[in-house]
Order: sequence, then C-alpha cells, then structure tokens
Amino acid sequence: MNQKYLIPLITVFVLFLAAYVGVEGAKLEWFFGIVVPYVSLIAFLVFFVLKVLGWAKSAVPFKIPTTCGQQKSLPWIKQNKIDNPDTTGGVVIRMLLEIFLFRSLFRNTKAAFARNDKNRLSYSWEIFLWVGALAFHYAFLTVLLRHMRFFMTPVPSCIKWLEWADGIVQLGLPGLFLSGVVLLAAALFLLARRLFDQKVNYISLASDYFPLFLIIAIAGTGIAMRYFTKVDIVGIKSFTMGLITLHPVPPEGVGGLFYAHVFLVSVLFAYFPASKLMHMGGIFLSPTRNMANDTRAQRHINPWNYDVDTHTYEHYEDHFRDKMIEAGLPVDKKE
Amino acid sequence: MSDEIKPDELLDKIDYSTGGGSWMDTPVQIRPGMYCYASNPKSVETLGLPNARAWNPLDDDWQLPDNWQEIIHQGLKERLDRFRTFKVFMDICVRCGACADKCHFFLGTGDPKNMPVLRAELLRSVYRNDFTTAAKILSKIPGGKKLSGSRPMTLEVLKEWWYYFFQCTECRRCSVFCPYGIDTAEITIMAREIFNLLGLNIDWIATPVSNCYQTGNHLGIQPHAFKDMLDFFVEDIEEITGVNCAPQYQKKGADILFITPSGDVFADPGTYTCQGYLILFKYLKEKYGLDVTWSTYASEGGNFGFFTSHETMKRLNAKMYAEAKRLGVKWILGGECGHMWRVIHQYMDTMNGPADFLEVPKNPITGTVFENAKSTKMVHITEFTADLIKHGKLELDKSRNANRVMTFHDSCNPSRGMGLLDEPRYVIQNCCDNFFDMPENTIREQTFCCGSGAGLNAGENIELRMAGALPRATALKYVHEKFGVNTLGTICAIDRAALTTLCEYWVPDVEVAGVHELVGNALILPGEKEREEDLRFEPLPDSEEE
Amino acid sequence: MSKNMIISGLVIFVIAVLSPFWAQAVFGDKHVVPKPELVGKAATAKKCVLDKYDMRANHMSLLDEWRDSVVRDADRRYDAVNGHSFGMSLSTGEDSCLGCHEDKAKFCDSCHVYTSVNPYCWECHTNPKEIE
Repeated sequence: MNQKYLIPLITVFVLFLAAYVGVEGAKLEWFFGIVVPYVSLIAFLVFFVLKVLGWAKSAVPFKIPTTCGQQKSLPWIKQNKIDNPDTTGGVVIRMLLEIFLFRSLFRNTKAAFARNDKNRLSYSWEIFLWVGALAFHYAFLTVLLRHMRFFMTPVPSCIKWLEWADGIVQLGLPGLFLSGVVLLAAALFLLARRLFDQKVNYISLASDYFPLFLIIAIAGTGIAMRYFTKVDIVGIKSFTMGLITLHPVPPEGVGGLFYAHVFLVSVLFAYFPASKLMHMGGIFLSPTRNMANDTRAQRHINPWNYDVDTHTYEHYEDHFRDKMIEAGLPVDKKE
Repeated sequence: MSDEIKPDELLDKIDYSTGGGSWMDTPVQIRPGMYCYASNPKSVETLGLPNARAWNPLDDDWQLPDNWQEIIHQGLKERLDRFRTFKVFMDICVRCGACADKCHFFLGTGDPKNMPVLRAELLRSVYRNDFTTAAKILSKIPGGKKLSGSRPMTLEVLKEWWYYFFQCTECRRCSVFCPYGIDTAEITIMAREIFNLLGLNIDWIATPVSNCYQTGNHLGIQPHAFKDMLDFFVEDIEEITGVNCAPQYQKKGADILFITPSGDVFADPGTYTCQGYLILFKYLKEKYGLDVTWSTYASEGGNFGFFTSHETMKRLNAKMYAEAKRLGVKWILGGECGHMWRVIHQYMDTMNGPADFLEVPKNPITGTVFENAKSTKMVHITEFTADLIKHGKLELDKSRNANRVMTFHDSCNPSRGMGLLDEPRYVIQNCCDNFFDMPENTIREQTFCCGSGAGLNAGENIELRMAGALPRATALKYVHEKFGVNTLGTICAIDRAALTTLCEYWVPDVEVAGVHELVGNALILPGEKEREEDLRFEPLPDSEEE
Repeated sequence: MSKNMIISGLVIFVIAVLSPFWAQAVFGDKHVVPKPELVGKAATAKKCVLDKYDMRANHMSLLDEWRDSVVRDADRRYDAVNGHSFGMSLSTGEDSCLGCHEDKAKFCDSCHVYTSVNPYCWECHTNPKEIE
C-alpha cells in the first residue's frame, strides 16, 4: 500500500517547506526559531514523563521474565546468569546488554523453507538488522551529543573528544563527521527494509515511515548545511545559546534551511511521546526482561490479588464420598 | 482422519511471501481445520463465567450480548491498569520484524497474521483507536487513521481476534528475539480473557476447566476411576517387574504430595511416564522410606484456567496448596508438564501463597535443600530425580533403554518461563547412552512448540496443529535421519499427546516418551525379577540379543 | 520495577535532557558572542576576499581551494568579487590573511574556540607574530 509511505513522505516534505517558506518568505524566524523549539521541548518532556508514569501506574502482578538460558537450580548445574538471572545484579547486566548492545536482536535468525524432496526448514543467523539498528542508534546519539557544542560555552572537553573521534578520518573541509553519514545511511537501510523486505513491508504502518522520513530529512538538512550550503555557525551558536539562556535572538542571514532543520527536530521531539519512539523509555520497563527469575525462591506480591471462589476439598468429598469410600480412598467424614 | 489434509498438501501451501495489500483490509476467513469448536455452555456455567450460550464460530451471528463493544472496551481498560506488560507492549513495538519468522504457526502456515507482530497489531490497532490521544486527534484529519494505524472495534475485528488468538500457543518464542521482550503470549492471554467476558471460549479449554474445577482434573476422572486407572498400571508394573508399586492416596502426614497432569493417567504414552513415577516412588519408599502421596482431589497438575483467564487459573490452582495444607505434607513435588510449570513457577506463589504451612523443600535422601524453590515449596520431578542421580542414590540399568536413540524436546513453558533445560537432559543421559540434541536454533530457549499447546490440542483443528508442528518435526526429522534418533523425550503431558500425533504425521518412525518412562525402565527395584519387557511390554534390548 | 525506581529514572532523564540549561548556568562562562576584531591594517582596509556573511560561512572552503590552487597549480593570486586582488596565503605576505588581520587570537581563534572548531591549518602554518 503506497499510501502507507506516501502520506508520511508528503507530510515531512510539507513540514520542511512550511519552515523554509515561513522564514524565507514570511519572516517567521521568531516562530520557527523560538516558539516552536520551546513548545516542542516542553511537550517532549511533559508527555514523555506522563507516558512513563502511565506505565508505572499499571501494576506488575506477576513476575514473568522470559528465561533464555538455564535456571538456577541444583548447585552443580551451571546457571546462565545473564539470560536467566536470579539476582538483581544479573538483571542489571541483562538489561545493560539489552539497552546498549541490543542482545536479543543479536540472536535474530532468518527462516527459509525449501519445498523439495528434503523439505528443509532452515534458520540462518541474520545480523543485518542488529548492525543497522546499532549503527543507527549510536550514530544518532553521537550526532545529538556533538550538537552540545552549540549549547555550552566553553564547550566541555568530553564533547571535544567526541568531535575528535567522530572526525578521525580527516576528510574534506570542514572535516567529515562519520556519525552524520552513518546516521543517514542506517536510516536509509532501515527504510529500505521497510520498502523491500516483503514481511517488514507488510507489517509496516504509516507511523513507522514517518519518523524514518523525519530523521532522514533532519540528517539531510544537517549534512547539507555543514558540507554544502554552509551557514554561519557563530551566528547559530549565538542563537542557540540565547535559547538556553532564555534570551533568544534569531541570527541574521542564516537562512531557511537552518530553520527547516530546527523545525523538523522540534517536530521529532514533540511527536516522540505519542509514538513508537517511546521504546526508548519502554525498554527499561519491560517485565519480561527486567525481573529476576527467582519466583519460586522469593514470593512476588500482586497488589490486586483478590479472593476467588474455589471448589474446596469439602465440596469435593461431599460430591464423591460414597464412591470414594467404596474405592477405599480415605475420607474426612465417613458419611 | 480420511478428510485430513495430507503432509504434502500442507507443505504445498507454505508461502512466506505476504502478497500485496494491507492486512487491515484483508478480512478474516474462519476456516475448518484451523479453529476449535465453541465452548459448551454447560462448561462455561460450571465456573459461573458470563454469557454462556451455544454458538458457532462459522455463523454470522455470534449471539453476543448487546453491549459487547462496551464490554471489550472496559475489559481492555481494566487490563491496561492491571498489567504493565500489556500496557507497555501495546505502546512500544517498533515493528522491526525480528519476531516475524519466529512463530511456528507462521512457519507452518505462511499466514502473515501469524507473524507475532501482526497478531499483536490486531489488538494494538484497536488499542490505539480507543486509548491513545494521538490516534484520536489524527482520526479527525483525512488519512489520519492510516497515519496512526488505528481502527475501531467491529464484529469483523472481533472474529479476526478470535481466529488468530486461538492460533497462538503462548509459547513465547517471539519474546526471546524481541529487542524489548514483548511477549505475544501475554497479549494472547489478555485477548482470551476478553473472549471469556463475552462467552467466546473454545470447548477444548472450557470443558477441561469445568472438569478440573469439579472433579479435580481436566479429564473429569472421578476419584474411584482415578484409583482404578493407577491400579491398572500397578498390575502392569507387577507383571513386568514382579514388584507391587501401589501408590498411596490422600495420606495425611506424608512427606511429599505428588501432583502431575491427569493426561498421564489417561493416555499413552503418558501412562508409561506415570508408571515411571510409581516405580520411582516405590524405590524411594523401599530404600529410603520416603513417603509420597497422591491426591484424587488435586489430581491435575495442568491448568487450562491459564488459557482462560488469570482468575480461572487461580481458582484451579488453589487446590494444590489447599490439599498440601489439608494433608500436612512437607512440600510438593510436581510431575512432568509444560504449562503446569509455568503456572507453578511464575504464578502460584503470588496467586495462592504464601505457602508458610509447608517446609523449605529438602530431599531427605541426599540432604539437598532446593533453595530455588524455598518460597513456593514445589519442586520439579526432574530437579528431584537429577539430584538423586547425582548423589548416586538410584541404581539405574541403562542397557534397558539401549534400544532408544534419544533426543529431547524442550517444552515451551519450562524453557522460556523457567529455564529448566539441563535437568531433564541429565536424567535422560543417565538412563540411556544414546542422546543427540536437535539443531541449536530449535532447542533450549529457542525451542519450537509442538503446535498444540495453550488448549489447542483438539481434533477439529488438526490442520492448524500439524502446520504448527512443522518446525519441530523438521528438526526432529533432521536428527532422525542423521543420528537414527527413534525416541523424542519430553517433559510435558500435552507434548506426549501432541508430539505423538506430530510424529505419526511428519516423522512416522519416531516414538515419544516421557523422561520418567526411561527412569522407570532403568531403575532396578529392590526384589524385582529379571525384566524381559519394558513398560510398553516390548522386549528389552539385551534380552533379545543374549 | 518499582515506582520509586521509575520516578528516579525519570528525574535523571529530565535533568539530562535539560542539561544544557543548567550546565550553562552552573559551569558555563558568561555568554558573550565573540566579535572578530579588526585591528591594525584590517581596521581600515574596508575590503576583504568575500562578503561578510559569506566570509563567516565559507572561509574554510575558500582556504581549501587556495591550498589546492597554490600547491597544485602554483597560482598564488586571488581576484575577489569586489575587484581587489589578494595573495593566496594564510600567513605569508602583506596581502595574505594574517598579513592584514594581524591578531590571530582575536580574528581566528575567538570564533573557533567558541564553536569548538579545531582547524588543522596551524599544524603546518605558524602565526607570524609568534615567530618574531
């Protein structure tokens, strides 16, 4: 269904144009440069927090980790302490590996069925999604952190180190930052999966394409400004510093592309809490991963555990007493 | 069985290409062979569950209560508040597709709605429509519904839910691969709870639940009949071994209460596993004076309530602790069963505990304290037997199982809801010399379901079951051809029934055996006669050759 | 995960997201936008190789082109859009960059430091003032 990606594609394009034309034509620098970023940051924080609090409000009635290895049982049986942790420490390691290295995704396999005399159903290790996802997320994080140079003065040395590492190939002038290229390439790869992998295409919704197009547009405008159209970054920093010191003054002569970039980033932030992007918060709260497999050793409390009707032994014996006596089964009451 | 689909026809149907179009615009077709019959109203009434009535899934009119949409909405709302799993899993899926080809039903049918992500999306689409502000705002603009991927609850949608949430065996294989641990089983459980609010259970679940509630076990075996059946095993064992292994029932003050699924009392090859238990307990009684009792009241280890609702699960499960308390045993030992152990391991103590009237399980023979079960106070029989073997407390004659070339099917629940992987393998390897694991993507935490779990082991949905069985069968066939494996070991009563059908259908030369059947064959009872036959009355391997 | 842990996590998250705001207030210097100071000859010259905004945004590309032109083609003169001609050099000669903009610290470094730019010009070139 091409509507699924045409609508988000057009939406992103319209958003881009709105900011570009709004600034170049209607001189709405104050709106796209000041009002929108503040509103979007507030929306991001407020709705992100509300969403997570909404999750927190729901109970965790049962301890149901997905165990992915040998349990702790007899002392001589080797437990898989990471994939089947029974301690908080183990859970922390499992979660860290999950959050920072996407461990579960690393297991990914691809199934193939060959209809012939063997009828083999085979599974091969499928690493590309893991590589693509990892590249995408780390590149995004690096890009985000690198942008801190616009929000602090003096620029902290950790950000400088990051820039140094990111620019280690020393290509071109201004020097190439790898993260931007990797981000764009990974986002395009993830998009290509959605378009050309039949299964992924079938499950994809418009809301899967929208953030991808948005991020591709953000990376594209950023790369364009740095390497091709060029902007006055002193002017930009004076503006971004103004934003964070709450005295924003739109810079002169920076142009529509910059405002389009800022606007798309603002849209991404504002859209974040209402979307699947909340997996960022959700991964911490997933009860199948963040709980220890110690349910038989440590009683878990269900906050809403209510009493239920049961069929008691007395009922049962009343029902079957004669038959039980006849069969020689012990009974509590003889009649 | 004659109108049943042939293996070749089934294989011809498999096509993983999803075709074009949008899944939301593809209407559901409830097809014979793929669904289970509707619940018998009498069974629904036994537990006082709502909207009991006779209905047929193939009918246009499901005779739903007038306010059924309201019931679903309220039901979802309540469950979103009660289960963080459900709420989080509704919100955070990114549809990366990692789970898509992990489901045995997808691999066996090629039906795209059997991809775990789409199964969940069936429900998520309605969740977004009913419960998210973003979708509500977007629905006001043209194309907005597409953008948010939401749709309203209609009868069509309900039928689609029903069809596909009864095509999920809650095996959790998808959850292993999900980067956020989204567990489709959890979503299926919620969907099935909703169905039960509308009286839409299937009979293969509703009737066992009703039986279990009233009679003590899923099969509705009454107490005297239960004893008769075990007596029958006792006679068989005596004929084979010359030793009377008669069990005790409802014995107050016994050391241990033993609970196992009733399927093992009822049908081959589970019956041989059951005989294995009887032999083991006789041995322990004679050698070490261990006092084990059975109960006809708590004569069901399994819990089809788990496939109905959390509440029903609790109601059925309550018998275990109640009976242990009434009899005054020290702790409980549980037999070989899959979903039974998920319930015991992850739910029982929380629902019906604390079991402060029991002692921390300690094997009086080896002195081992089962620290991992110190609160729930229930031990898995393979943990127990493995401990006995490790301490050299069992005399085992492996040669009696020498005709068996074993592999082991990890049942979904003990592997992904517990992590019981090496204990049964240890027991098998101490009872039999020939053991070969199936390929690594098909065992342990990545094990494939038998295709008949979570209450789908009926006769009328045989096409679905055999399709779902394909991944397991293919792996089994591989070791059968490569290593000559002729026996599929398992620790699940549903498996013993379902895998037997699977083998007949896909890998006809392989038999299914419970782990304790091997123990029963290998264990040398004090005072036993020279055995000539195994528990299946087949000649022992070495007696033939000598 | 307990509610307290979740709330602590959220607090950390919000603090982290807002870090530019508070970090600047706590650790940052008073925010002053650097103005490249035109001293010496540059103060009176009133002419440069590019327009002011173009200069700010594009000077690194221009210097890159100059380098290629000088090293590869031995072409050392640059005719600017405003009709003037300059020597294509960063630091050598009266009509080189630093020949006119005499104070590197005030002209180059102030902005580069401000925006965390580390040009590798100075790995080969030296500031003529430092040699004297």
